[in-house]
Amino acid sequence: MAQTAIEAIGLNKWFGEGEARTHAVKDVKFEACFGEIVYVVGPSGSGKTTMLSMISGILRPDSGTVKIEGTDIWSLKDDAIAEFRLHKIGFVFQDYHLFPRLTTEENVAIPMILQSRNWDDAIQAADQNLDVVGLKGRAKLPPVKLSGGEQQRVAIARAMVSRPDILIFDEPTASLDGDTGRLIISFVREHILSDKRCIVIVTHDSRIFEFADRILKMEDGRVMGAMKGNFHEE
Amino acid sequence: MPGILRIAYKLLVNDRAKFTALLVGITFAVFLMVAMTSLFAGVLNRASATVINIGARIWVMDPAVQTVANTIPLPNYVLDEVRSIPGVKYAVPLYSGGALLKLRDGFYQAANIVGIDDTSLFGRPRLVEGNIQDIFAENAFIAIDDSEFSKLENPTIGTTFELNDHRGVIVGIAKVASSGLFGVPTLYTTYDRALQYIPNTRFTISYLLVEPKSKADVPVIERQVRAAGYLALTRQEFIDKITKFYMYQTGIGVNLLIMTVTSFIIGLSISGQTFYTFVIENLEKFGALKAIGAKGRELVLMILFQASLVALTGYGAGVGLCSLVLWATRLYLPDYAAIITFANLVLAFGMVVIIAAVSSYFGVRRVLKIEPFDIFRG
Repeated sequence: MAQTAIEAIGLNKWFGEGEARTHAVKDVKFEACFGEIVYVVGPSGSGKTTMLSMISGILRPDSGTVKIEGTDIWSLKDDAIAEFRLHKIGFVFQDYHLFPRLTTEENVAIPMILQSRNWDDAIQAADQNLDVVGLKGRAKLPPVKLSGGEQQRVAIARAMVSRPDILIFDEPTASLDGDTGRLIISFVREHILSDKRCIVIVTHDSRIFEFADRILKMEDGRVMGAMKGNFHEE
Repeated sequence: MPGILRIAYKLLVNDRAKFTALLVGITFAVFLMVAMTSLFAGVLNRASATVINIGARIWVMDPAVQTVANTIPLPNYVLDEVRSIPGVKYAVPLYSGGALLKLRDGFYQAANIVGIDDTSLFGRPRLVEGNIQDIFAENAFIAIDDSEFSKLENPTIGTTFELNDHRGVIVGIAKVASSGLFGVPTLYTTYDRALQYIPNTRFTISYLLVEPKSKADVPVIERQVRAAGYLALTRQEFIDKITKFYMYQTGIGVNLLIMTVTSFIIGLSISGQTFYTFVIENLEKFGALKAIGAKGRELVLMILFQASLVALTGYGAGVGLCSLVLWATRLYLPDYAAIITFANLVLAFGMVVIIAAVSSYFGVRRVLKIEPFDIFRG
């Protein structure tokens, strides 16, 4: 069996105060292994983004543990969690969040620059990753000169530039047309996924379900089961 | 430069419209602040010109004197009384007053006449032409080559003029540290000749110039002179007194203060608003950086660096522009009374630092508040 990359147990999260208090994530158990793409799907408000934030070290759970490669990330201090994210996790945001005033290669180089790596090395690594996502000739352009699909690929290049073990995609096809969305995810499946990498994708785009190894369905703050593959529930 | 600051730099300067607006705002504010305060510094410097140029360590005067030009003559016995104070090394009289000269071409020109002690010539100016001994010659005057020199028709040694029907002869040309405030040329002569040529009141000494035996004697001299009903001030105290007069008892200080504060507010408004907008526009991106793994202090460093860069660049441009304008103005108005002093620069720098601090404070608050989770939630 493949090695476990992410293991979350008993995750709970509440938002709000008093009568407005809502239980967004309810006793969730989640597991993802290296070499697999796991989708988390569900309707809006089902808690999938909240869960994704908790398993990626962005949002502290009210209870439960999250282990990434055996490290209980929420036992770390805030700076250490940020450092952990920087080295171990790559993020692809729904709206890409690329800096329009930087060139494409500078955007891609940002995680390495945050790791205090040499500027030239970071740019060189960014160019190599842009090459991987098929945007070599676009390195010097600002992101606004690129199409939506190209911007998504830039965001993917940025997420993987520092060679993280885990990639987190938040609604990666939400801003793309169907064909481009499929193209991007198939590209991820073929070129980004490896035995040493785990990819978790939050989506409700059924057109890309075929690229998942497992699909977990969330509803009302709970993981209800697997639509595809194993739920890993004992 | 660390990579994160390089990113901050590129984010700032590549947004050309906002960068330009920020620079223009701060440059304009600094220009106004330096221009206003340098004008004030120039006025104050010139208002104290006689005190600076004569250079005595202690000045004795009537307590009602407010500026060096506003002399109230002292009785001669005060000179003897001051000379009798134990800590006084020596004390000499000084005459300072106005007169109307009739120049060679028949035109009249107002002038400031300074009469220095005949015996010691204490407070004499630095001669660039002529011999100081010639001041004892008949009708001798020394012309000061300052910004008003040309009003005497650029005299040379031997040039003559009339002063109250007395003949005057220029026997030397001298330089002094500071030109006067009132736009009139200055002539030096001996104390006795000044009294002889210019009609006077019963008392004739404008000031007593005192040299103490030691620094420790200064407060003793001040106390004893005060006991005699007069006022003894050190050079700096006298300059401060003149400064206070122009600052608080004329409209000059208040008006310049209003202009300086206004330029500060304009700079703060333009730069603060523009910089805040700049941060807000990049807020989501800063949130994304946080999600990726940037620490709060790194984002704060980026913002402070951007604010400091704009502030320092604007400060340099503002000071440079002001210097250029003053230089260009002096080409046409040689006696333009404005000087950029170290204090002006420090004041403007302090204000720029405040502008940068206030501008970045609100941006930093927003950036520290943004949660990476908000980026996921959109």
